[in-house]
Order: sequence, then C-alpha cells, then structure tokens
Amino acid sequence: MKQDKTSPLETLTEIRQLMERSSRFISLSGLSGVFAGLYALAGAYAAYRYLGLEGLGYYSGQRVVSSFRGADTLGFLMADAAIVLVLAIGTGIFLTTRKAKQDGNSIFDATAKKLIINLAIPLIAGGIFCIALNFHGAFIFVAPAMLIFYGLALVHASKYTRNDIRTLGFAEVLLGLIASFVVGYGLLFWVLGFGVLHIVYGTYMYFKYEK
Amino acid sequence: MKKILVDFNKAFESRVRLGIMSILMVNDEADFNTLKDLLNLSDGNLASHIKALEELKYVTVNKQFIGRKPNTNYSASKEGKKAFNAHLKSLENLIKSQTH
Repeated sequence: MKQDKTSPLETLTEIRQLMERSSRFISLSGLSGVFAGLYALAGAYAAYRYLGLEGLGYYSGQRVVSSFRGADTLGFLMADAAIVLVLAIGTGIFLTTRKAKQDGNSIFDATAKKLIINLAIPLIAGGIFCIALNFHGAFIFVAPAMLIFYGLALVHASKYTRNDIRTLGFAEVLLGLIASFVVGYGLLFWVLGFGVLHIVYGTYMYFKYEK
Repeated sequence: MKKILVDFNKAFESRVRLGIMSILMVNDEADFNTLKDLLNLSDGNLASHIKALEELKYVTVNKQFIGRKPNTNYSASKEGKKAFNAHLKSLENLIKSQTH
C-alpha cells in the first residue's frame, strides 16, 4: 500500500478546513459590528432628541398604542433609520472587502452569496412586517419586531459564517421578546440590541479572529 | 495494519480528489470555478480529477445554462458520500492505531 506523504491527521485537518472554507463566509470583519453599533447609538440619540421635543413616549414606559404625531415624526424616524442602515452596511462592506483581500479570499464568492440571501429572507419579511405595524399605528411593537426578526436572521445565517453569530442572534431575539412585553421602552431596547450588543460582539469577534 | 487499511480508498489517494469530495460533502453543489478557486488548480488539472470521480460515479454532473453561459454544477452522489465516509473512518482508525 502506497502511503501518502502527509500524515492522516494532517489530511483530516485539511479536509476540515476545506469543508469550512467552502461553506462559510469567514471574512466578516468584527470592526464592522462595532461601527454598526456606533451608528445605531448616534441614530438613537437623534431619535431621542427629536421625540423628546415632540413629547412622544417611546422610552418613558408610556403605554401608548397609537401615538401617531403626523407624517413629520414618522418621516424623520424613517430617514434616521435609513441613514444608520446605509452607513452600517457601507462600512461593513468596506471593512469586509479589506479583510477578504488581506486573507486572500474573494469577497463575492458562493459562500458570501449564500450568507447574504439567508440573511435577507427574514430581514425583508421583518421589514415589511414593521411597515405594516406602522401602517396600523402599532408603533410600540416596531422596536421589538425589528429585534426579533434581526435576531432570527442572524441565527438563520450563522450556518454560513462564523458560528458565534448564532449567539448574538439568540441575544437579539431574547431582547426583542422582553421588549414586546415591557412596552414603552422601545428606544431603550433598540439601543441595547443594535448599539450595545453590536459593539460588544464586534469587539469580541475582532480580538478572537483578527488580532 | 492490513485490516485497518481495508477501507483505504485508492480513489482518494490524490489530495485533489479528496479535496473535491470534501467540498461536495458540505455543499449541495458547487460549480467548476468555485472548486477551482478553493483548490487553487488549473482548469485542466481540475477537469481530469473530476473526470476520474465521475467515472467512479462518486460525482454527478449537472450542466445548465445561465442565460447564454454554460454552467456546470457538481454534486456528490450517494455512493461517493458513502465511499468518502468510509475513507474518513479508515483515516481515523489509522490515527487511533498510531496513538495506542
């Protein structure tokens, strides 16, 4: 029997690496999580200031199911959220491309495509659901719904990237579920979920994989 | 020693073929260019190894068109998966026999 040059253990390690590299997108930069969290905090602060002026209870524990204050408020909040989203995704793409180049991986390969598609399915469903909530004036459930759908998207997509994302997903879902009972503190939970958790997790991922 | 090597599959002596099967075990399918990038191979080299696996019926080929461009997808057959798992088992046994 001809013996391969490499030891069986090396061969097994190689197989494992190849399996992981071919099915998971691992160039996701931890720093992009940190930046997403910072943008979220800035966006939430802007919303806090604005809602404070309008006297709207979205962080005071007021159980106002329908508190529509005109198209102005809704327009401001949607523009605010859109800016946060665009900045977070933009920075994420920039940092991830840079990291992929450093690692010698291609940025838009089959694993990246799978990750994006699987992340997008629950997110788009959640986004449309949130529009429906706004449409019916159920504003207090928008923050919990965003957290729950985002968390489920992360749990779902974790199969296609670093497994650590799964835990972050569970944390977001848990936070969203708590927020759906403790209504009236939407902005606070939003800050915890999209701001604080992202910064903590991004930092953790950065030091685990990039340092 | 002889007994341990019973399941040692000759087809997987090549690291390229083992690599192709590793990728197809965890992905439902993979196209030619994906395999090429992951394994860092030339077109000809990859094609000849895939051909060998195809002849063993370890790999099934699915040709289709995306628009006008031909696109070939490969996936591991039932037999191929069975053979790969048996090969892994024999590698593990080999390691166990060395450490004990």
